[in-house]
Amino acid sequence: MNYLSIKNNQRVALESIPTLAYEVFYHEVVTHLMTGEDAHCVNYFGIPSGKEVKLICCIANDALGTIQVVATLADPEKMIPSLSSKIMAFHAFEREIHENFGIQYVDHPWLKPIRYPFDRATKQCQISNYPFYKIESEELHEVGVGPIHAGVIEPGHFRFICNGEQILHLEIQLGYQHRGLEHLFVEKKGLLQRATLAENIAGDTVVGHTSTFANVWESLCGFTASEKLQFDRALALEHERIAIHTGDLSAICTDVAYQLGSSVFGRLRTPVINYFQQWCGNRLAKSLIRPGKTNFPSTPQLAEKWFEVFHAYEPHFTEMALQMFDLPSVLSRIEKTGVVSRETALDIGAVGMAARASGLKRDVRSSHPTGYYEKTSYQPIMGQVGDVHARSKIRFDEINTSIAFIKNMLNQMPQPDGEIKPLDSPAPGSFVLSMTEGWRGEICHCAITGSKGELLLYKIKDPSFHNWLALALAVRNNEISDFPICNKSFNLSYCGHDL
Amino acid sequence: MVSFVLIVLISLVFSGIVIRTKSIASGRKGPGIWQPMKDIFKLFKKGAVYSETTSIIFQIAPSIYFASVLMAIMVIPLGNSKGLISFAGDFVFFAYVLAVGKFFNIISALDTGSSFEGMGASREALFSMLAEPAFFILMGSLGLLTGYTSFHEIFMAFHFGSYVSYALGVIATFILIMICMIENSRMPVDDPKTHLELTMIHEVMILDNSGFDLGLIMHAINLKFAMYGALIANMFLGDAPMYLTIPLFLSIQVLFAVVVGILESFSARFRMNHNAQFILVLSSLSLLMFFGVLMVLGKFN
Repeated sequence: MNYLSIKNNQRVALESIPTLAYEVFYHEVVTHLMTGEDAHCVNYFGIPSGKEVKLICCIANDALGTIQVVATLADPEKMIPSLSSKIMAFHAFEREIHENFGIQYVDHPWLKPIRYPFDRATKQCQISNYPFYKIESEELHEVGVGPIHAGVIEPGHFRFICNGEQILHLEIQLGYQHRGLEHLFVEKKGLLQRATLAENIAGDTVVGHTSTFANVWESLCGFTASEKLQFDRALALEHERIAIHTGDLSAICTDVAYQLGSSVFGRLRTPVINYFQQWCGNRLAKSLIRPGKTNFPSTPQLAEKWFEVFHAYEPHFTEMALQMFDLPSVLSRIEKTGVVSRETALDIGAVGMAARASGLKRDVRSSHPTGYYEKTSYQPIMGQVGDVHARSKIRFDEINTSIAFIKNMLNQMPQPDGEIKPLDSPAPGSFVLSMTEGWRGEICHCAITGSKGELLLYKIKDPSFHNWLALALAVRNNEISDFPICNKSFNLSYCGHDL
Repeated sequence: MVSFVLIVLISLVFSGIVIRTKSIASGRKGPGIWQPMKDIFKLFKKGAVYSETTSIIFQIAPSIYFASVLMAIMVIPLGNSKGLISFAGDFVFFAYVLAVGKFFNIISALDTGSSFEGMGASREALFSMLAEPAFFILMGSLGLLTGYTSFHEIFMAFHFGSYVSYALGVIATFILIMICMIENSRMPVDDPKTHLELTMIHEVMILDNSGFDLGLIMHAINLKFAMYGALIANMFLGDAPMYLTIPLFLSIQVLFAVVVGILESFSARFRMNHNAQFILVLSSLSLLMFFGVLMVLGKFN
């Protein structure tokens, strides 16, 4: 067999990943691994190995519930063919590899920088000479937005090429937030330091990223999380989903200038997110999740509090959402706006909620379940059209499903743990890949340890990494004034992409 | 004279009432009704910052815009008392003195050279061009009905006698409210609150204005609201004595502000390409009014 097949969260020896010559690897990936709709690339990254760079490609197969891992060695001196020319979903990964290691691709469709300079192999490539796409025409005009956002959120530059009010092309240039997180993970030796870093990968997906990190670390250390630990993490993950989705519905209403929806959803979000404060002392659930233990186990009192919060939340939420999805003026703004077709979503490898809204079944909770989700048979919620309406509706449906899910969980809360044994040190020469379905979609972290069990590489992939291109394609042929609602309907992370 | 003073006075609280209504409609307490004026006074105390790419046009435009609105207010009567200026055909003067202000606003936006402001200017020009026929057909029909061509005489002669004139009054009020919303770039055509440079019309044109200039532009919006409110009030005041017209005028203005607040609370704004259709509907509505007038005058026999 030319590849290694692993399960989500499974630890394997690094040696057991077959390393093929690039031509064989290329053939293997294109013809045997990326077959059909169930296969999609979850991570593809490089690690220096002498003069060459070892490229590790991880392709998840949703039907089999496995992840196929295969590696190759690439020489930065040589030109090699790119996978993106055959399968578009690889474009961002290959751009990243090119940027970090200077690997030369012969036929990459658009090999431009992906993040800000200091991790680049070629330092001449600066933000000031960024190669923006241009169309020469007297009729068209360019509109540049950012990098400073009008609402002073995160920075990103959006350049539109428009014909009057119609967008012909949008180019999104990110990277302003690049903090070198992956290097920091290797540099900082303390587990608490690393857990804190994981909490700060993307501020709105604290539970998602931290529980993925915890899973990776526990798997490296050979620790099996107790039933109670798994329960708490799933509870926090679903609760985070409810809180952020509610806030997003409010933001979508704001952008179509529907004041009632905007203020009611905004008000409803606050008690939900504040529940984390009561649980762990932080509204964003920071410090809630730690590898190998929890400082804030859930208790029957907290469960009672949760029911109280949602007793007040549910009737108002349902009433407001039904009204919103029934109001002609709102529907006329969100229906058929920013459509991502199923084919496009598949081509660019979209993940998570945005992919499901386009009718593409991508949900780690059902295809690669870990922890608590292994015991449930979660059915993903699907949309069809892939427009702003579908992405808003899927939020409404997911909130309801998550509420039902948590209610069901809380009725059978496991017994509190006794003494938890401390974590061993990580196993040497290992590779672990862990995926979690955060509220935005599939989060994937990979870790590689060296001969003494020290961390050699920590690779993070936020779902935004795939989905930013979906936004750029969604707004084509839409009006430029509809860009903000398209953007809100994806609500992608800048810092999760920039790392 | 009375009308000018009253319009300026009511303009001080108009936005405050709109914002308060919106707050209450969405279940919040909201700021006091003087808050928008306090913000404007704060702006008046500040100096303006001018970009190096702009010329003298950018600096004089806000003052001309503000002055044009004041000039337009001068022709508006109140019941049986004339406006400061009143002559035959003054409604044409009214429309075009406002257009002069708008013209300067548009060229000052183009003067900044910003791609956003260019977009906003083109939208503003398009939408006010589409709204113009509605206003003139409306005023023309009223002129035809009453036989006069100045605001004061038209409103003095326009009485609610038959059922048909009630219907005409309702249509005229609706058209005036909508023209007012379009001219002020408010819902459902534009939303001043979203503050996203890609979606706005009026607000995006004034992105580069600051300090005193911005204060002038902001207060011009309040004045324009009160001005259209006064036009609507005049439709109902007729020849009543002063002690009746003043309270009636004030309550119609407050009612108008509440209506604006409610209009902005419970629906989403239009998609940009629906705006043009919507504004053209106003022209066809005013044509309906025109035919109504022809019918009343017996021109169809």
